Amino acid sequence: MSEERSGANILVESLIRQGVEFVFGYPGGAVLPIYDALFGEERIRHILVRHEAGAAHAAEGYARSTGKPGVVLVTSGPGATNAVTGIADAFMDSIPLVVITGQVPTGLIGSDAFQEADTVGISRHCTKHNYLVKDPADLAGVIDEAFEIATTGRPGPVLIDIPKDVQIATAAWNDAPVQRRQRYAPRTRGATEEIEQAVAMIAAAKAPILYTGGGVINSGPRATALLRDLQTKTGAPVTSTLMGLGAFPADHGDWLGMLGMHGTYEANMAMNQADLIVCVGARFDDRVTGRLDAFAPNSKKIHIDIDRSSINKTVRVDLPIIGDCAQVMEQILDAWGSRKPQDLTAWKARVDTWREKKSLSFPANAKAIMPQLAIQRLFELTKDKDPIITTEVGQHQMWAAQHFHFFGPNKWLTSGGLGTMGYGLPAAIGAQCGNPDSLVIDIAGDASIQMNIQEMGTATQYRLPVKIFILNNEWMGMVRQWQELTYESRYSNSYSDSLPDFVRLAEAYGWKGIRIASESELDAGIQEMIDYQGPVIVDCRVHNEANCFPMIPSGAAHTEMLLYGDAVAGTMDDEAKALV
Amino acid sequence: MMHIKHEAEERHVLTVTVDNEAGILAKIAGLFTARGYNIDSLTVADITENHAVSRITIVTHGPPSQIDQIHAQLERLVPVHKVVDLTEVGPFVQRELALVKVSGTGEKRVEALRVADVFRAKTVDTTTSSFVFELTGAPDKIDSFVAIMRELGLVEVGRTGVVGMIRGAEEA
Repeated sequence: MSEERSGANILVESLIRQGVEFVFGYPGGAVLPIYDALFGEERIRHILVRHEAGAAHAAEGYARSTGKPGVVLVTSGPGATNAVTGIADAFMDSIPLVVITGQVPTGLIGSDAFQEADTVGISRHCTKHNYLVKDPADLAGVIDEAFEIATTGRPGPVLIDIPKDVQIATAAWNDAPVQRRQRYAPRTRGATEEIEQAVAMIAAAKAPILYTGGGVINSGPRATALLRDLQTKTGAPVTSTLMGLGAFPADHGDWLGMLGMHGTYEANMAMNQADLIVCVGARFDDRVTGRLDAFAPNSKKIHIDIDRSSINKTVRVDLPIIGDCAQVMEQILDAWGSRKPQDLTAWKARVDTWREKKSLSFPANAKAIMPQLAIQRLFELTKDKDPIITTEVGQHQMWAAQHFHFFGPNKWLTSGGLGTMGYGLPAAIGAQCGNPDSLVIDIAGDASIQMNIQEMGTATQYRLPVKIFILNNEWMGMVRQWQELTYESRYSNSYSDSLPDFVRLAEAYGWKGIRIASESELDAGIQEMIDYQGPVIVDCRVHNEANCFPMIPSGAAHTEMLLYGDAVAGTMDDEAKALV
Repeated sequence: MMHIKHEAEERHVLTVTVDNEAGILAKIAGLFTARGYNIDSLTVADITENHAVSRITIVTHGPPSQIDQIHAQLERLVPVHKVVDLTEVGPFVQRELALVKVSGTGEKRVEALRVADVFRAKTVDTTTSSFVFELTGAPDKIDSFVAIMRELGLVEVGRTGVVGMIRGAEEA
């Protein structure tokens, strides 16, 4: 049956049709008709954030922890521009979002109207696709396609800009499925000859390594299971990027830990010395490769990726396979059959010698809590609860990646590509919405947490029991570390002056605040946090000048890792300084 | 109940003279998309000996007020030297080039060649069962040629988009 409905109404009905449970948003003039359509709507829960960046990050946290697309609703102009950081973050980390932005009425577009911004123009480079809808009759089709584009192929954010008059004007609506042109069909299956070649290369390898990334997580739980099968069949040791942590269980004997700039010695040495790298859903990011001309010099490389443009972007590979990680791994496993890998005893013995470096070890400190120890204790005391961990960006993020361990996908939510400080708290809020019974902890730094600290109010309002565990060293620790290592300890603007009293801040928002000032209080403080039913901030005072090691300095090769205790020069040549 | 009213739209041909630098084309295209209007055709080529200056011809359609606004916005871009709305300024010539591939045998093939001759198209490629014709002219001439060829075995069409120039002795 067909009837006339307003654009706002069509939008809400379309979201419900897509199975949307939560919308993260903030109202404003140009989305008032949509907010009116949401009024009293019980099929969708709207989570009112405190800043639009928080809406986008919360939607990301929801998406990463549930595998479902996150939905954002913000107004025109500043609403949209505030959301851009979160949209760019989702774009870099391939997170499916559908972002609805209000726009000034069609007749005023381009006139510098109040709260007007060229949202489609501004978001062009940080969305997978975007739309300006000028007629409510187009809305149902656009929304349907937006969800398909956001969630299939390489996932990413899709933005729909809807002028206010289009929200109010009416168009025909009916309950039948949307009829639209199918124009997006990413390739998901590897070609048979590519699969056969991959199998032959893996079967011939004497020193293979599986290098996995966020693509395995994005591909869904089936990919995680298939990765374990592939590892069992081939015997290859496994390392992962920051984004891929959790795809392979951290207690497995062939797990090497994370690779890259702050990865383990064994992971980076194994990458350097391997004769075959099988890259599954990772993209040879600069944090991973270190100096490109010294990256894995003697290896053949297979690259499985759903995005053609990721292939040969920085590192040339011998065998690209374009397709979905799960699909391609399944094809490889089918083609592998009952084959036996080469004898990898010698290779694994070499790996074990690298493990003996114990590259994640750190010196004990009698006076102050070592931040690494705080993470280790947090892990030990929470691991039985299978928590969801989010982070901000900086030293604490790397320490969490090194010392917290993951056993399944969708438990580790961190801003990898864009490196967005302020990601962790809103992401934790989104994750808690999607996983109401899970323990959700934002591991934060004293500087990062202040970037979206207003979202504490959101958690209070919706009674979300998120925990913030701040490693408080009174510095922008990673900036301070780089300044120490490359700028002769000239600490320009990296001191966190005028920090708030986090415990009292927690109380002001109706949260619980806990301060941990010495190692003797560490376990009890963490336990108190876990046991408290509502939201908690833990202000964990840690050693102020601890550095994050191991570290591959900018412009260095995997074999030139710095470990704790290595003599570190206080400067660097200009070419190295110029690298990111 | 409210429905969206669409303003009457006009076709306009604009020429834009710009510094030949990276990003300028994206900025210009952005002025149109930011207002939700499409560019119908766009041609760009550098026109000075040192390759420093390009002339862009844009065909667009939209409400006259929007086109006037886009004109003004174009002039505001730093690398833009001059914008002329040929449709406003007065009589102008416009030409585009098309390559039209037709395949067929027998009477249709003969007819295609005959029509091509009428339109003064050049045959630039041929096999025993196909032609590629090159045709220049105003857009409506090319439209009619393509329409006829559609009945005679049209395979594909490529068009350059319009370049335009004001009539008479003066520079626009």
